[in-house]
Amino acid sequence: MKNILIGTAALAMLATAALAESHSVVRLGTEGAYPPYNFINDAGEVDGFERELGDELCKRAELTCEWTTNDWDSIIPNLTSGNYDAIIAGMSITDERKDVIDFTQNYTPPSPSAFAAMSADLDLESAVISAQTGTIQAAHVTSMGGATLLEFANPDETIAAVKNGEADAVMADKDFLIPVVEESGGDMSFVGEDVALGGGIGMGFRKSDPELREKFDTAIQSMKDDGTLNALIVKHLGEDSPKF
Amino acid sequence: MEAAILTACADPSTLSGLSWLVCYLTTGKHMAFYGSFGTVLLLLAVTAPVALGFGFAAAMAARSRIWPLSWFGRGYIAIVRGVPDIAFFLFFVIALDQFFEWLRHEVKCPDWDQPVWQGNDFVVCSAAKLPLNNSAQWVHEAYGFSLAVITFAIVFGAFAANVLYGAMRAVPRAQLETAEAYGMTQRQTFWRILVPQMWVYALPGLSNLWMVLIKATPLLFLLGVEDIVYWARELGGSKTAKFTDYPHGDWRMWYFLALLVFYLAFTWVSEKVLNRLMARLTHGQATVGGEAQRKTVGKAA
Repeated sequence: MKNILIGTAALAMLATAALAESHSVVRLGTEGAYPPYNFINDAGEVDGFERELGDELCKRAELTCEWTTNDWDSIIPNLTSGNYDAIIAGMSITDERKDVIDFTQNYTPPSPSAFAAMSADLDLESAVISAQTGTIQAAHVTSMGGATLLEFANPDETIAAVKNGEADAVMADKDFLIPVVEESGGDMSFVGEDVALGGGIGMGFRKSDPELREKFDTAIQSMKDDGTLNALIVKHLGEDSPKF
Repeated sequence: MEAAILTACADPSTLSGLSWLVCYLTTGKHMAFYGSFGTVLLLLAVTAPVALGFGFAAAMAARSRIWPLSWFGRGYIAIVRGVPDIAFFLFFVIALDQFFEWLRHEVKCPDWDQPVWQGNDFVVCSAAKLPLNNSAQWVHEAYGFSLAVITFAIVFGAFAANVLYGAMRAVPRAQLETAEAYGMTQRQTFWRILVPQMWVYALPGLSNLWMVLIKATPLLFLLGVEDIVYWARELGGSKTAKFTDYPHGDWRMWYFLALLVFYLAFTWVSEKVLNRLMARLTHGQATVGGEAQRKTVGKAA
């Protein structure tokens, strides 16, 4: 339902017109607001680690894929009601989510989450910490005891809240925070220890759609085996990001 | 012209000042932003008459002497007006979409043996999908947009129905009695006497609704249509140099300021148009406004 016209649109249209089988096009749903995993580039197209990964996976699975964006809040309901066929949106594999949807094997190793703040000597135990609604980081902050969770609908707002003083620190995937901290000109820094959360990032599928999940799972395995996945991780997520 | 912009904008990091700004404001993403203004205007242009139609039908139903019809009209008006917009927009669209797909599923795939609900999943045969998975992207967008129009029309139709229902009752009883005395049937009285006269009573309420509708368009994003507020937030958020050729800080304020100007200008124009319409509808009416008009014209002559 959510839609951005993307990439090889003309080609895809020709291809889709020719194919009568409905599952010939696999619609990939992403958020488009979580660089470097997925974001909207200057040309208005989905870009980033998951764009390149998804396109390569579709090529290997011999599927025609189209990208759509969807708000994070409703990204799972729209998958289960069939508005797209897969979620590829930096979504960590967790037990709660597994109750509702099925995941492929992870395409990033469990990667650390981190805290970033305007002052380096912040006491996280009593701080107000911003995180995106419905993420593993938000769940982690609530379990921290003294800390107060401040939830936002999209990742960008969690950073803005720290910059304007509404929150003391932000908690998110470290790969997302690294460019933010680097480009803040020294205003922001990492505080506290990194925390390992979740079982890595995977693609989400409807439980009733095991064949499609199988195809992507095989494609991910083949990219792990020939090392192209590690190369993509280095290219988009940086040298320091954990690899397979 | 466009080619000139493209070559000049090939490396924005070398640009500064006005030329940087020109390049920045002509990126594909900004074009999508400008396009979304068209989406919003189109939504208003389509929704307003459809909602008015819904409202008119519901008001007629509510007035009906056939009680199931009257009951249906009143029920629709009461229920939809009572449900918060956001709840309606979140719940209703997915439900409506699933309802259409289920109908198609029943017709197109009669030999399907699996349940439609499998746990959390709503599964229909692929031929029943709306739109089909392999339809072009614009079809998906058009479908999402139509769902948005229907949802807006149902919500605003209920409010319009209430306004019109009140307006129909406000037409002086004497006018209708006179029509009856001339031997008009009920249907003739309704269409020839009541309807032409009620608009002047309905317009203040309807113009309120129009203003509210203009301001309600950001709800479009809940329905999956990328509207001006979505793009303003997306473009205004701070951007780091790694992911864009045009890095900048948090510029949301400027983008929202632009939206403010747009909304203000639009409501200002609407106000002007509605005032003229009111003057015209008042003409020759047995209301205070109509009387005042008659007197000024009389003096001039």
